[in-house]
Amino acid sequence: MTSRTADRVFTASVMALALLVPITLAGITLLIVLDSLPSVQRFGLDFLVTSRWDPVHAAFGAGAYLFGTLVTTTIAIVLAAPVAVGAAIFLTEYAPRAIRGPLAFLIELLAYIPSIVYGLWGLFVLVPLFRAEIDPFLQRTVGQIPVIGALFSGSIVGTDLLMGGVILAVMVLPLLVAVIREVLLAVPSAQREGMIGLGATRWEAIAGAVLPYARVGIIGAVVLAVARAFGETMAVTLVAGNSSTTIGPSLFTPGYTMASAIANQFTEASDPLHFSALVEISLVLLVVGLVINAAARLLIRRVASGPQGLVI
Amino acid sequence: MQLLLGIAAFGAAALLVIVLGYVIVRGAPALNRAFFTERPLPFGVEGGGVGPAVVGSVILSVLAGVLAIPIGIASAIFVTEFRSGRLAPAVRFAAELIAGLPSIVVGVFVWAFLVRGLIGNYAALAGAIALAIIMVPIVARTVEEVLRLVPQSLREAGLALGAPRWRVVLSIVLPTARAGIATAVILAVARAAGETAPLLLTALGNAFFSTDLLRPIAALPLQIYQYAASPYDDWHTKAWGASLVLVGVIAVLSLALRLAIRRGAR
Repeated sequence: MTSRTADRVFTASVMALALLVPITLAGITLLIVLDSLPSVQRFGLDFLVTSRWDPVHAAFGAGAYLFGTLVTTTIAIVLAAPVAVGAAIFLTEYAPRAIRGPLAFLIELLAYIPSIVYGLWGLFVLVPLFRAEIDPFLQRTVGQIPVIGALFSGSIVGTDLLMGGVILAVMVLPLLVAVIREVLLAVPSAQREGMIGLGATRWEAIAGAVLPYARVGIIGAVVLAVARAFGETMAVTLVAGNSSTTIGPSLFTPGYTMASAIANQFTEASDPLHFSALVEISLVLLVVGLVINAAARLLIRRVASGPQGLVI
Repeated sequence: MQLLLGIAAFGAAALLVIVLGYVIVRGAPALNRAFFTERPLPFGVEGGGVGPAVVGSVILSVLAGVLAIPIGIASAIFVTEFRSGRLAPAVRFAAELIAGLPSIVVGVFVWAFLVRGLIGNYAALAGAIALAIIMVPIVARTVEEVLRLVPQSLREAGLALGAPRWRVVLSIVLPTARAGIATAVILAVARAAGETAPLLLTALGNAFFSTDLLRPIAALPLQIYQYAASPYDDWHTKAWGASLVLVGVIAVLSLALRLAIRRGAR
């Protein structure tokens, strides 16, 4: 074999293996679209806005699951984003060099703990704690305020939407800290020095020069965290309740997310329409995952590539 | 302000200590020899362990690695070494998008493609392929980063000596990047070892020892799920024990990762 043919063979085999990646993505999309067609044709847009999920009468509306996913994701971001921004600022701007590395490493390790272990911890540690202490406390205090109080009304079971959101917050935290830290590190030190040169304090320099510069990147990080929380399955399945299909204001109602619905019902779905409806839920997760990831990566790239990050 | 920021950072790190603490304290009482060697027994029967799940997790991870590592490395080579044409960015972007998919969606795909289609029943092979789909983008993107760090002059030196392209890649570029490639592999295996959702729809789980790739197989995450969702205290202890084993394996892998990175940095 001449070196030229050898080169051709090598190039061709590398290319063949590499092309498996886009082919897999195309295959995933195609098969999921095809299998959800019966449900899409039967229910149309009603699938996302009605919440009657009744395998016996072949009526499927994923509204309650969508609601559960949106609520738990929102709680997760509201709880985790401020902590993550604070931790990332501390790690990049304040922490002494000696503890910077170890602290960042510990937070990074949170991402290595499997989802199922978070679920176990949530179910046997957090749920009893919330049921006995935190939920009644919230009900006594914030629950008495008009309007907002409705969020903390109703009977307390422990495994509810709030719990799902709390466990998701812990799970997206390492991702948020890691990405926001990258973004903050990419802010040129001239930004800080300029502000401090003008007589600003350290915090003023961060608030006035660093954060505005990094804003787009931080939004990108939050968007990535939304994508992660949206599709997270096992932990939420264990702690969020999996029973209610009602949509109400109280965070103390047991909820059901889209990913949990697939995990719980998929192997038991005997009716073709039930199966197709579950695949349509995964189609929603697929589309959201693709769109959000493409968008977030564009946002983050924009910051990382320099001063254009200031725009918007 | 500094105090608040410090609380946020230390609080986040404390979460890790708390979660690990619970796993160790509650999991340790479950560990004994039988826990690793015996199969799960019905509730009410004394003893029993997670032997099949340990064996199953090893089989699934190794098989997924064997499938995913060549594909991941090949796509990294394709993206960095053969930059011609529009295909390379497509491969890169596809890898990024797959990495962003919820793992349960990968499970649904493999179910439709293999469990219902080619294989015809729940099978270890389907589980391994689902894990491989999750591993490929991790390997591809990490190796890509490392290959970019290999100095261009090394490649040019090889080519100038008359070495063909394939020799330059296989004998110069990959060996130079070997520490980074090891990192990528460990990272991917650590991630795949804890995956549960896709296995629910593909490997299914099994209460008996099995090495048949075309039959359902047990896995540690599936066993934890089954034990955790049960109403029995004894099974809850076993769930913590299995979590301790799983987290322990991942901790060993990530320590190895740190060492690999340190050696690579030298």
